[in-house]
Amino acid sequence: MISSHHRWPANDRQARLTVERRIWQMIAVMLIALLALLTRFGQLQLGDHDTYAARAETNRVKLRAIAPNRGLIVDRHHRILAENQPAYRLIMVPERVADIDQALDDVERMIGLTDQQRERFELELLRNRRFQPVTIKSSLDDREVARLATDRHLLDGLEIEPYLIRHYPHGSALSHVVGYVARLDESDLKRLNRDNYRATSHTGKTGIERHYEGVLHGTAGFERVETNAQGRMVRVLQRSDPKPGRDLQLTLDLGLQLTALEALGNHPGAVVAQDIQTGEVLALVSKPGFDPNLFVNGIGHDDYRALLDSPYRPLFNRFLSGGYEPGSTIKPFIALAGLEAEKITPETRIFSSGRYRLPGHSREYRDWRAGGHGWVDLESALEQSVNIYFYDLASNLGIDRISRELALFGFGQPTGIDLPGEFDGVLPGRSWKRRTLNQAWFPGETVITGIGQGFIVVTPLQLAYAAAELAGHGLAAPPRLVELQKPARAVVHDADHWEAVFAGLRAVVHGSRGTARAIAAGLPVEIGGKTGTSQVFGRPQDDTQIESDDLPWFLRNHALFIGFAPIDDPRIAIAVVAEHGGGGSSVAAPVAAQVLAAALENGW
Amino acid sequence: MNARWLVHEFRAQPFRLDPLLFGLLMLLMGAGLFVLYSASGANMNMVGRQAIRLGIGIVLMVVASQIPPTWYRRWAPWIFLAGVSMLVAALFLGVGRGASRWLDLGFFRFQPSELMKIGVPLMLASWLHKKPLPPGFSNSLVCLGLIILPALLIAAQPDLGTSLLVTSGGAMVLFLSGIRWRWMLLGLSLTLAAAPLMWHVLHDYQRNRVLTFLNPESDPLGQGWNIIQSKIAVGTGGLNGRGWLDGSQSRLEFLPEPHTDFILAVLSEEFGFIGVAILMLLYALILLRGAYLASQARDLFGRMLGASLVFLFFVYLLVNAGMVSGVMPVVGVPLPLVSYGGTSAATLLAGFGIIMSLYSRRKMMKD
Repeated sequence: MISSHHRWPANDRQARLTVERRIWQMIAVMLIALLALLTRFGQLQLGDHDTYAARAETNRVKLRAIAPNRGLIVDRHHRILAENQPAYRLIMVPERVADIDQALDDVERMIGLTDQQRERFELELLRNRRFQPVTIKSSLDDREVARLATDRHLLDGLEIEPYLIRHYPHGSALSHVVGYVARLDESDLKRLNRDNYRATSHTGKTGIERHYEGVLHGTAGFERVETNAQGRMVRVLQRSDPKPGRDLQLTLDLGLQLTALEALGNHPGAVVAQDIQTGEVLALVSKPGFDPNLFVNGIGHDDYRALLDSPYRPLFNRFLSGGYEPGSTIKPFIALAGLEAEKITPETRIFSSGRYRLPGHSREYRDWRAGGHGWVDLESALEQSVNIYFYDLASNLGIDRISRELALFGFGQPTGIDLPGEFDGVLPGRSWKRRTLNQAWFPGETVITGIGQGFIVVTPLQLAYAAAELAGHGLAAPPRLVELQKPARAVVHDADHWEAVFAGLRAVVHGSRGTARAIAAGLPVEIGGKTGTSQVFGRPQDDTQIESDDLPWFLRNHALFIGFAPIDDPRIAIAVVAEHGGGGSSVAAPVAAQVLAAALENGW
Repeated sequence: MNARWLVHEFRAQPFRLDPLLFGLLMLLMGAGLFVLYSASGANMNMVGRQAIRLGIGIVLMVVASQIPPTWYRRWAPWIFLAGVSMLVAALFLGVGRGASRWLDLGFFRFQPSELMKIGVPLMLASWLHKKPLPPGFSNSLVCLGLIILPALLIAAQPDLGTSLLVTSGGAMVLFLSGIRWRWMLLGLSLTLAAAPLMWHVLHDYQRNRVLTFLNPESDPLGQGWNIIQSKIAVGTGGLNGRGWLDGSQSRLEFLPEPHTDFILAVLSEEFGFIGVAILMLLYALILLRGAYLASQARDLFGRMLGASLVFLFFVYLLVNAGMVSGVMPVVGVPLPLVSYGGTSAATLLAGFGIIMSLYSRRKMMKD
């Protein structure tokens, strides 16, 4: 092919023309390519300008959230129950540290580090960017701060940073009421507004901290910041300050709370005291408690294990979630139902032989006192807590009337207190049993419901609210710690009926044979009350009675007491449960007496 | 070449510089320094250093313009041979991060591949000078070998960008010599056919660059970052641009290498389409003036050499602007005479000096 091609000698005119033509072709190609390039730039800069300008803006501007300060929690006298304390933490800016492991070893030598702290650090280190500070150790004590300050020259890239930490000055005394905050996790973010929590590290996990999270947290502030490609802030373009959370005043009286705690002595249990007309909760105790401060920075494994393994179950909120048989504390309500249904009058007398048997049934139900109480009317039946009287009354009323009456007093429903996790309790009835156990109701079950045993389960909060309704002749406000409810007339009964029951409840404390007569001496005014004993395990009915004192502690009965004071103008209602306390008269009633006396002395 | 002879040359025509081309180049470099000030984050030191480098390049251009074309033609084989030897030496003794591009000569470091950008077209032009044109089969083969040998040595460093530039400069001489279009197309298709074969020879980072170019959004934070951020910078410029020193993409470090390979993206962001169009116009005028000067050279050696050097300048622009606008893969080729860096500027300015030398002696032609 080449040989057939005509050739020119070098610098021949033809060759010269060829090269010239090729130069022109080259110029043409170059100009066309330049035009194509220019078109491409036009496409990017004019055609797609909006798209790319928007992307440049997202590159450039980032929103940065600023956490608001959490609101304080105080009691009714403005005593602080939860506060934000200044604290110090040791942080590291990874990009400024040459050898991270070496730095950690140095810190460990100086102030000590747990494996858990190291692990958390490593995790955060992986998640963060190199210039973002990572916490090594929080809540440094004074000694640690001093130690680190001395050897500052060794710790390049490490800083001691001030911050605010949630602190509960009264520790376990309020752990079940105030609750605690702890580090936010994924599940928290699912129920919270993510945008408002971008800068927040902690959130309420239990108690008031959880229920009023929305009030306490506040509104996050935002900064529009210009950041560079590494995410480092260059300047603030715009800022809106965070709105701090609102302070929360509880109805609780810290003094009364501490009195109640002390009065319970060594007994695990619960105390609920509320104002009858306003529903203000004055004391709310679940004992034992725990130190909520442990949870704020993440509780250590050993501490948590100890709380879980304790037989006294300190993490269990007894007043809110604890379900107890009401025992004899149910009797005033059964009595009211009987009066209302005209099954009894205040004068109706019944003979207590110590044993009770349903007509046509062989099963025997016992009175708590062997040999019985002889002839008793309503007042003495309440005063001495005569079981036979209420067996007979309950049997005459039937379970439907009993359920209806108890429901009016709030049993089987949450009180709606402003705390998370309230237990409904159990209000048994025909339809309840059909629904949950798919069984028919037996007459014998009605009989024992009359003395607060069997299926019925109540919480201390429910007992206190029911006592308040009783004291207020059916008009009382449900218990609340912050947002009060108006009193609602739940129960309407004949005034004579209330008076008849009140006479019995007065006699319980102030009568010569009252089950709680021992506390009368310590009271500044006359009160109404009712003792109760809640069985820990179902004792066979026809077994010989076992004395509580002979049982191991954890099998002993729970002691209960409900009451209100003063009886002539009731203002405070109270419920006490002392777990494994044995009898209500010997353990629970004195606790109630101390709390009521203290409240009345304080001018309640 | 002794001093007396140089003095004689200078007396015959003092300063054989083409004022128009010289002025255009100065304009381009001035604009480049202006953009560099912004691209470097208002770093006056950097601008100063670059000005000094460009000054050295201008001196080189003036010197190159004083040397008569016959000297270039005579010395071409020796320059080429020296270049190839140094490339081989660089492969074994070279220094540089991950690539053996630089030859350490004790007092300064030298990049032999840079010499070959001029050396290869020079060698080809001088080889074809006395041969019948268009070149025959064997001559064409020799030329091909003269291109491929240095190109492979440079690709092995590895420096794909320079290899591409050297190849295109050499190939342009062949094209200008009148070689048939069908041979050019055959060569091109053979290169394309060899591409899958090349794939195995490529280094991982080179493969990644090609893959990233094909689909930049597949890895927006890794390899695709450069292309995406560059396109964003160009696009956000719009018609008028964001203004000098106000380009957020470069100022906030989203743009990689804003002062070197991606300086055109900075210019696009800050001066918009109008700025790009003015720059392209300036480049077009330089290319046209350069091509005109080359076409007026005394002999075919001069014309082929001059035009291929103009083309080399054009390939720089094409590859860089194509990369910045996302139509070509990321290859480390600077924007000619604008990007920060002295080596390529020196080569390109020396090339323009040669073109001026060829043009200024056109009347001495004895034909």
